[in-house]
Amino acid sequence: MPENLYNWFDQRLGLGALKEMAEHKQVPNHKLSHWYYWGGLSLFFFSVMCASGVLLLMYYTPGEGAYESVRNITTHVKFGWLIRSIHSWSANLMIFSAFVHMFSTFFMKAYRAPREFLWWSGIGLLSLGMIFGFSGYLLPMDELAYFATKVGLAIPSTMPVVGPIISDLARGGSEIGAITVSRFFALHVAILPAVFIPLLGFHLYLVQKHGMSIPPSEQAKPESKRKTIPFFPNFALKDLAVWLIALNVLALLACIFPWDLGPAADSLKSAPQDIHPEWYFMSSFQILKAFGNWFPGALGEFLGLGVFNLGVFLWALVPFFDPDTRGGAWARRVTWYGYFVVLVVIVTTIWAYLALPSGT
Amino acid sequence: MSEDKKNVPNPGEVDQDRRTFLKLAAGAVGVGYAGLVGYPVYRYVASPVEDAAAVGAVKEVTLAPEAASLPKNASMMFKFGSQPAMLIHHDDDTWTALTAVCTHLGCTAGYDPVKKHIFCPCHGGTYDAHTGANVAGPPPKPLDKFAVKIAEGKVVVSRA
Repeated sequence: MPENLYNWFDQRLGLGALKEMAEHKQVPNHKLSHWYYWGGLSLFFFSVMCASGVLLLMYYTPGEGAYESVRNITTHVKFGWLIRSIHSWSANLMIFSAFVHMFSTFFMKAYRAPREFLWWSGIGLLSLGMIFGFSGYLLPMDELAYFATKVGLAIPSTMPVVGPIISDLARGGSEIGAITVSRFFALHVAILPAVFIPLLGFHLYLVQKHGMSIPPSEQAKPESKRKTIPFFPNFALKDLAVWLIALNVLALLACIFPWDLGPAADSLKSAPQDIHPEWYFMSSFQILKAFGNWFPGALGEFLGLGVFNLGVFLWALVPFFDPDTRGGAWARRVTWYGYFVVLVVIVTTIWAYLALPSGT
Repeated sequence: MSEDKKNVPNPGEVDQDRRTFLKLAAGAVGVGYAGLVGYPVYRYVASPVEDAAAVGAVKEVTLAPEAASLPKNASMMFKFGSQPAMLIHHDDDTWTALTAVCTHLGCTAGYDPVKKHIFCPCHGGTYDAHTGANVAGPPPKPLDKFAVKIAEGKVVVSRA
């Protein structure tokens, strides 16, 4: 870039300050540093989802014509199948990366002061991400989408008092239909992004403010022994390399396993076998089911929801139990709680898949 | 960086050829990725344009049966491919079919049975109803004329 042109922009936009900040920013470099990539990966998949989502908006119509428009995208529009597959696959990979990011920051004790709000905003982002997934799942209005949403919305309806209200409002009536698709669409493309993007900005701002957290094993070392690399260009280039790998994996998955579109939803046909939600809901789905089996009736539903919500609540509160580097017995207890949660998530997910009628 | 130093003949001196090559290679990979992402996105966005071109490529249109019974000094609109067109039945029992897209800025023009010419209300462009010639107002070109065949109560319009 000619020097004069650069100066012209620099004087007006303050590029120099940004560049200086990027060059001065240091990223800790230690044997656990590779876990730092998962947050950036989630961000990458989110960006891919925004781009592919905007492209899908060009041909998708909510309401009565929803199924037909997705069929048109999948079978008629040039590369429509690819854009749709990329959107679905990046959604799944984003949730997966976000889970890995959450557990890695948990075990590296990154939630400790002063990063409590990073922990909470992260939990908020993951929850919103899962609602994104749930609302997006219905939009094609095929058989699987229809019945999975039906089952999904039946779960809040078991909550006392507010449950039926939430379910009816989400459905826009007592049955899933064109009105439901339109409101899920509004949720998916307008309401959720309007909440998610500012929260994401807040999360990223806090990462800049506090820098990356270092795990206890690094904190134990004297400051002179800790190694760092510059954020720019060293870490940024590594991040870019990881994103390129992610793009390749995403493209391969989308091409080799393109997302399917089943037959159009028909409430009069009986549900196909193996109706189940996306994999990231399977664990909570199974916990609720298990309590329902152990304690028949309303008690089981109440206990299932209660235990599940208590678990999530405790998960959000760990910065209070294990607030700083002094650690002690509570630090170990919180780590054990983390192992327990990972175990429960894995076991209930596998159990849920085995419990499907076809056992797959 | 330690490996780099082994390959450079004089440590501390940057191998300019190698640096240029790496920059070019990185640039080429970047352009490659941009193309691989850009091409499907372009084809996806342009998909309806391709459809429209296929629809527009029609050579001949058979009009609805009521076209043959169009009274004299009257007109009807129809679609030739994806574009609006008009059929005029003149007083002298001759027929004319032309595109109805004004050559000025693309509004849809219509037949005026009182003044017996084709008129575009957007900017007052006027065309001859028999030939499509631009006779008044801003249009720079005549309207395209189609060939009309009338046989057994059927009106067939084709590209002249």
